[in-house]
Amino acid sequence: MIPTLRGPVSDAVLGRLRGGTLGEIPVADPYGDDLQLALYCCYELHYRGYPGVDPELEWDPDLLRVRRSLEQAFLARLRADVEPGADVAAEVDALLVEPVGPQVRGVSHHLQRCGTLEQLREYVTHRSVYHLKEADPQAWVIPRLSGAAKAGLVTVEHDEYGSGRPERMHSRLFAEMMAELGLSTQYGALVDSVPAETLAEVNLMSLCGLHRSLRGASVGQFAMVELTSSPGSERLVRAMRRLGCGPAAIRFYDEHVEADAVHEQVVRRGVLDPLLAEEPELAADVVFGIRASLHLGERLGERLLGAWERGESSLRQAPESVERGPVECGGEA
Amino acid sequence: MAEPTRITLTEEGPALVSGPVELELPDGTRVRSDRAVTAVCHCRRSKRYPICDASHRRKERQG
Repeated sequence: MIPTLRGPVSDAVLGRLRGGTLGEIPVADPYGDDLQLALYCCYELHYRGYPGVDPELEWDPDLLRVRRSLEQAFLARLRADVEPGADVAAEVDALLVEPVGPQVRGVSHHLQRCGTLEQLREYVTHRSVYHLKEADPQAWVIPRLSGAAKAGLVTVEHDEYGSGRPERMHSRLFAEMMAELGLSTQYGALVDSVPAETLAEVNLMSLCGLHRSLRGASVGQFAMVELTSSPGSERLVRAMRRLGCGPAAIRFYDEHVEADAVHEQVVRRGVLDPLLAEEPELAADVVFGIRASLHLGERLGERLLGAWERGESSLRQAPESVERGPVECGGEA
Repeated sequence: MAEPTRITLTEEGPALVSGPVELELPDGTRVRSDRAVTAVCHCRRSKRYPICDASHRRKERQG
């Protein structure tokens, strides 16, 4: 479904999707809802598109022109906010240190300790924007790599896509979790519910995936996710067990504890090492990809934790609850 | 001749084994992994032993 506009820029892009003309667009906040939704819709044409929207609009010069100006604003803001660096090994080492203790601030830490079922459902709603197309944004980078780095990246992607078994695709496991939590599994159905912070994370993936010049950043973004997700997934498994969630809900993050412990190793040895051996000049972009995704992840984390601390929802609008799956969650422990 | 099975021993953590594997534990129980690469725990800290769960990572106490 086509999302609802969030300002003049997204209004202009959505108008073009409906067959209208696209003139000059106003300047918008690079992290704001209007720009991020407009960019998200431009990118969606490269994934599944929208029902009733001409698929050829993917290569519409007007949309590409607007997309480029939105990307440049977003990228300029990220470059300004993220400290540059080129020491990939130091960056990776830092990611592999796991902060522990009751004071660690993080969404998965909060959910494990005392999150409510409603907060868990909100978290899954935010994550659905990516996970229902899990691994797709990074697939764009495959033809932009060569040799060992390409083979390593495909090894991880193959696992994300279920190693040839559709029933094991991570996007499918995610949808099964959503169904069990009573959320709509329809692709794109929850986009209107999530704020700019959520869209920005996925937009960074699409931006880096679709630009060959940003292939180093794409690999950095991919590495950040694969290196940090295993411990976070374990905390979410514990949150779900504490909240009495059913087996399909637990299975997604349970699978990621083991899968990402392997992916971490493959990304470091099989992707980063050979990529930097072959193209050492990409080191700064890899670091940019890692830091930019960390930066956007922290912004999203603060959005969630801030809202929850105020006793509010972290979503723009609560999605309609669909009929619960066969196993009901048991509420707060 | 068949290709030998490559097992990569990492410095800090697991042994990486290619292909589907079945691990037999001392008590006779078998654990199967169908992944393209399986990380077998070598440090014994995994809560999912014999499969690595990244528990070998250095932990830093905060607060």
